[in-house]
Amino acid sequence: MIEVLTSSAHNTIQDFGRPEAMVSGISRGGAMDQTALVLGNLLLGNSPDTAGIEVAFFPFRLRFLEDRSFSLTGARCSAFLDTLSLPSDWAITAKAGQTLTCKALEKGCRTYICFEGGLDVPVVFGARATDLKAALGGYHGRGLQCFDQIPCGPRTITLPAGGYGLASPPSLPEENAVTVRVLPAAEYNDFAEESRACFLSQPWRITPNANRTGYRLEGTPLLRTSGRELFSHGIMPGTVQVPPSGQPIIQLADANTMGGYPKIATVVQNDLRLLAQSPVGTSVFFRTIDINDAVQCQRDTTRELRDFAETLSALRGSLLPWRQKQ
Amino acid sequence: MTDIRISHAGENALLLDASSPTFRSDVQARVINVANALGCHTGVKQAIPGVNNLLIIFDIIAHDPSEAWLWLEEAWGQATSHDPDGRLIEIPVHYSHDTDTDMEVIMRYAGLTVAEVIQLHANALYRVNAIGAMPGFVYLSGLSHRLAIPRRQVPRLAVEKGAVIIGGGNAGVMPCTAPTGWYQLGRTDFELFDSTRNSPCFFQIGDRVRFVGAQ
Repeated sequence: MIEVLTSSAHNTIQDFGRPEAMVSGISRGGAMDQTALVLGNLLLGNSPDTAGIEVAFFPFRLRFLEDRSFSLTGARCSAFLDTLSLPSDWAITAKAGQTLTCKALEKGCRTYICFEGGLDVPVVFGARATDLKAALGGYHGRGLQCFDQIPCGPRTITLPAGGYGLASPPSLPEENAVTVRVLPAAEYNDFAEESRACFLSQPWRITPNANRTGYRLEGTPLLRTSGRELFSHGIMPGTVQVPPSGQPIIQLADANTMGGYPKIATVVQNDLRLLAQSPVGTSVFFRTIDINDAVQCQRDTTRELRDFAETLSALRGSLLPWRQKQ
Repeated sequence: MTDIRISHAGENALLLDASSPTFRSDVQARVINVANALGCHTGVKQAIPGVNNLLIIFDIIAHDPSEAWLWLEEAWGQATSHDPDGRLIEIPVHYSHDTDTDMEVIMRYAGLTVAEVIQLHANALYRVNAIGAMPGFVYLSGLSHRLAIPRRQVPRLAVEKGAVIIGGGNAGVMPCTAPTGWYQLGRTDFELFDSTRNSPCFFQIGDRVRFVGAQ
């Protein structure tokens, strides 16, 4: 059991979301930076899709009401277990009564706190993820608040004293700029040639209108040559829509499942994590990728994470005797 | 034969667009039949009918997009435009009679009296063509063309759950309080979405709907 001491409505319990529930109009949802959640869980020997906390608003504090291992991944923040300063991408065991403080962001946007055994909130439509719009899943369908007490699943592992961490965590976007790969979408060719060129060359600034639903971008407006109105259609997280204003919107985890705006491109699934870690004001650059390369990239990532899970569980075993000898 | 256009919606999804400038009921029946056929395909994770279009999400680890592309083309080629099976469901509506509501705008648009607007809305047989945008929201076709009022330029920020609405030639009911650009002509206590149910959406694609005035 953990108890939240300081939070904001933007900090939510997340897992892989509800990719199978789009037919009911329910957003896919889930961790904005799924890779960070996976790595956090793997450090603890959890299944990759175990529910943890997505911290998007700082400071965030919680108290452990029992001994429990946890990990910090994703955005780099100044974090403390009581007074002990914690490195990023680190897993360690807390004693009952200790307080974890995620004070302020240093790099990136969203830090993930995973817990050994996972957060044991009810499964709703196959997931524990919080869906703020539908007010379901997570902790009573809402962001975490002070005094919330959340039970954890069974304890399973012993970590080395002082914990252990990732030697080479996935890179976070460099200050002020991020490049994401896109596949042209249905209406790509409806845009004027100059607009397509402009889409792929100019920096698009992330406006303050950026959250789990989507990011509104700002740049030289894009012009569509055809005025054809589209009927409502299913949209995927990563879809880059261009409303009549010509300023693109990237639809993200909590996006509506259907929309009607023209779509110029779709950000590949692998790069959504980069957007998740890009703060307001960041310049986004779009670069096209060949469909076969995009598929290969997705498959490589899946394989790498699976291999990493195996390496890690073997490594944990070899770390422990060393701990006992101390 | 209807022209279809298939495009990538990211590496693991394809959008089949079978639309022409105006909505076609026969095309929609075919979209629904294709969605039902592909929904059973082991490589397809989701088949989500839109309005005269269909989005499929497939298993990218086991299948190439080119395979999924073929599934779509084949399924479209084999599908019929027969009306899909569905239940007939009646929704009781408390129509608004006071003229300081959206009803006034609808009346002016259609050049009809309140009674005529209600009669047109309640006399039609609708079909659930798509579910989406918000949890449990259904896009209903079958609205009289006289009530095909275009959506608002600027959406209203909070339209109440249970609002019976029309917009852009479609009819619908708000499953939760949310923004919408559609116009309200009444309200219902009918629960479209209940997250405690196993199958949270009351409606299924292909269902027929009739609105009945409740007094």
